[in-house]
Amino acid sequence: MTNIFLEGATHGAGEIPVVAPVAADGVFSLLWLVIGLPLLGALVLLAIAPMASKAFDRFGHYLGTATVAGSFLLSLVLFVRLLGSDAGERQVRQHLFTWFESGSIRADMDLLLDPLSVLFLLLITGVGSLIHVYSIGYMEHDPRRRRFFGYLNLFVASMLMVVLAANFVGVFLGWEGVGLASYLLIGFWQHRPSAAAAQKKAFITNRVGDIGLSLGIAAMFATFGTTDFAKVSELSGQASEGMINTIGLLLLLAAAAKSAQVPLQGWLLDAMEGPTPVSALIHAATMVTAGVYLVVRSNFIFEHAQWAQTAVVVVAVVTLLAGAIIGCAKDDIKRVLAGSTMSQIGYMMLAAGLGPVGYPFAIFHLLTHGFFKANMFLGAGSVMHGMNDDVDMRHYGALTKAMPVTFVTFAMGYLAIIGFPGFSGFWSKDKIIESALAENVWVGLLALLGAGITGYYMTRLMIMTFTSPARWDDDVDPHESPKVMTVPLIVLAALSVLGGVLLIGNWIVDFLTPVTGVAEHHEPPLPAIVITLIVTAVVAVGVLVAFFLVHKREIPREAPQDVSFLTRAARKDLYGDAINDAVFTRPGLAMAGGLTTVDRHVVDGLVEGGSSATGGLSEVLRKLQNGFVRSYALSLLAGALVVVLALLAVNLG
Amino acid sequence: MTQYIVLSAILFTIGCVGVLTRRNAIVVFMCVELMLNASNLALVTFARQHGNLDGQVAAFFVRVVAAAEVVIGLAIIMTIFRTRRSASVDDASLLKY
Repeated sequence: MTNIFLEGATHGAGEIPVVAPVAADGVFSLLWLVIGLPLLGALVLLAIAPMASKAFDRFGHYLGTATVAGSFLLSLVLFVRLLGSDAGERQVRQHLFTWFESGSIRADMDLLLDPLSVLFLLLITGVGSLIHVYSIGYMEHDPRRRRFFGYLNLFVASMLMVVLAANFVGVFLGWEGVGLASYLLIGFWQHRPSAAAAQKKAFITNRVGDIGLSLGIAAMFATFGTTDFAKVSELSGQASEGMINTIGLLLLLAAAAKSAQVPLQGWLLDAMEGPTPVSALIHAATMVTAGVYLVVRSNFIFEHAQWAQTAVVVVAVVTLLAGAIIGCAKDDIKRVLAGSTMSQIGYMMLAAGLGPVGYPFAIFHLLTHGFFKANMFLGAGSVMHGMNDDVDMRHYGALTKAMPVTFVTFAMGYLAIIGFPGFSGFWSKDKIIESALAENVWVGLLALLGAGITGYYMTRLMIMTFTSPARWDDDVDPHESPKVMTVPLIVLAALSVLGGVLLIGNWIVDFLTPVTGVAEHHEPPLPAIVITLIVTAVVAVGVLVAFFLVHKREIPREAPQDVSFLTRAARKDLYGDAINDAVFTRPGLAMAGGLTTVDRHVVDGLVEGGSSATGGLSEVLRKLQNGFVRSYALSLLAGALVVVLALLAVNLG
Repeated sequence: MTQYIVLSAILFTIGCVGVLTRRNAIVVFMCVELMLNASNLALVTFARQHGNLDGQVAAFFVRVVAAAEVVIGLAIIMTIFRTRRSASVDDASLLKY
């Protein structure tokens, strides 16, 4: 088994490549700065600025943006350098320091740069920078803008830690950082009870996933004695099937929480309570992509864990349909987009669950999704900015003229997500559906159905927001957003359109192959071009349905109540909260109540019962003290007699 | 010898029964004295029997204690009688639960 791994350089189909990085030198020794810059920004803005002076409030946002932009430039340089080296040598490790060492357990603070992580670097820092720029405009009137940028920097730094760490313990550090930063950002407007509740929900849901990751790490230490990617990828074939599947399922649990996959999807929709740039950051560049990253990065585990891999596919398919259905019924523009994120992440997970054939497409879709979803979220923020922060699409309409730039850029994102031929989403989603069909027809058909539903709900969103007649509130004066907000939109729109170039000449697949392994090629049941046509046709059906159901009818300002069961379920997030409530919250509360009762009546009962028994006994005993001297004398006599008799009994007996 | 011990026992028993049965504090007091002296008799007898002075010394101590007891006890009885116009020990039963 091991020998095959050692021949990692000559990849054949079906082999899982070993992570074998070379030490960092030259420009690669600056790798740590990619994380260091945003981390420094967060440190200055959050820890030093409050002590230093008020001046930070005036330029803190520029500092926050500059650090991430600096990271982006550095990532770009690293990317170019990586492209310059041979395909087999595109793995670089930088050893920073030993984090901790305890007995045989050792965790190094190592960074790993390979084709997979460098793509994430570009996405996170690139889209992250644009979101930072946009936030300068969006948060202009917020008194706590400096702190907001500090949190954003912390978010980006944590996410970079996740994708750069060279072992699972390092991933865990970033993982927790992302959880913390998302908590702080979702509840940034914590004076709103709904935001405070949403941040807690996100945090607690993510804790569930963290249990998965930490148990997975513990299982890896137990099985392999290390969590280093290089060593685990070398040894993963030797673990027992049960163990490797357990690790895989634990990692899936972790990924499901971060990536909002069923059954841990609930927090994502509520996370819309955060400021819109945060939603964009969570949904496009960071956080939700962490789960996909984890699955793709752990390919050396999932390739040996067939059960876990099947579970990934099942979870992904359920999520991509659930998200799409939820997206169809929501009236809150951000929640529609959140449902769509769930659904698109489902696509990525599906691809990641397909094995080496799907990994590159998972990452490809992740990148294109990062572009168009960030574009649309920021576009939604721009719409809200012009509509007095109203999020109800039933109060929108006819914004094409009022916000031309927002409309056009949003339309680019729209065409990309539904998979309009030529746009970025078309290439990435088509590839995923094609691979899914080749692996399993039913999975492929469900993914195809999801694509149709995507066409429906996104068209519905476009019609309700932009093209239908105006249904504005009286005091609303829709206007285009300032340049600082529209320029990032334009850049992202361009990327949404052009994202497909990554697939030219199968570039992204070849680029990622050293990490993900060469796929065994399955012939899809139909020729690729036919599948593409079918996908496009299904999407077109979805769009047409939306056209006839939404555009041709009048859109009421209030959501109609006499709707089908499915709509009602979708409005309630498919009863996700109710299920959590019934399965976890209420039994949990009942158990806590039961334990309180046991504590109060059994444990406390023992203690308090002892004391009250003593009290009662003394109540009885004190009656002996009756005040009659002669009875005392009698008891004295009796006592003396007893003593004498006892003495006699001992001495004579 | 035996006669002395028997006399001592009889005297002690009389005193004991008197303490337990009589109500008048003076009589009770006298009975206590009777018991003390009965024990003194026993102590002296045993001292004589063993041929040393230990018992005699102990008897002296008992008499000293008895003298002190009489001084204090009679004073208490006098005070109680003055306030309550009664010397019955059963009447003085306020110090209880």
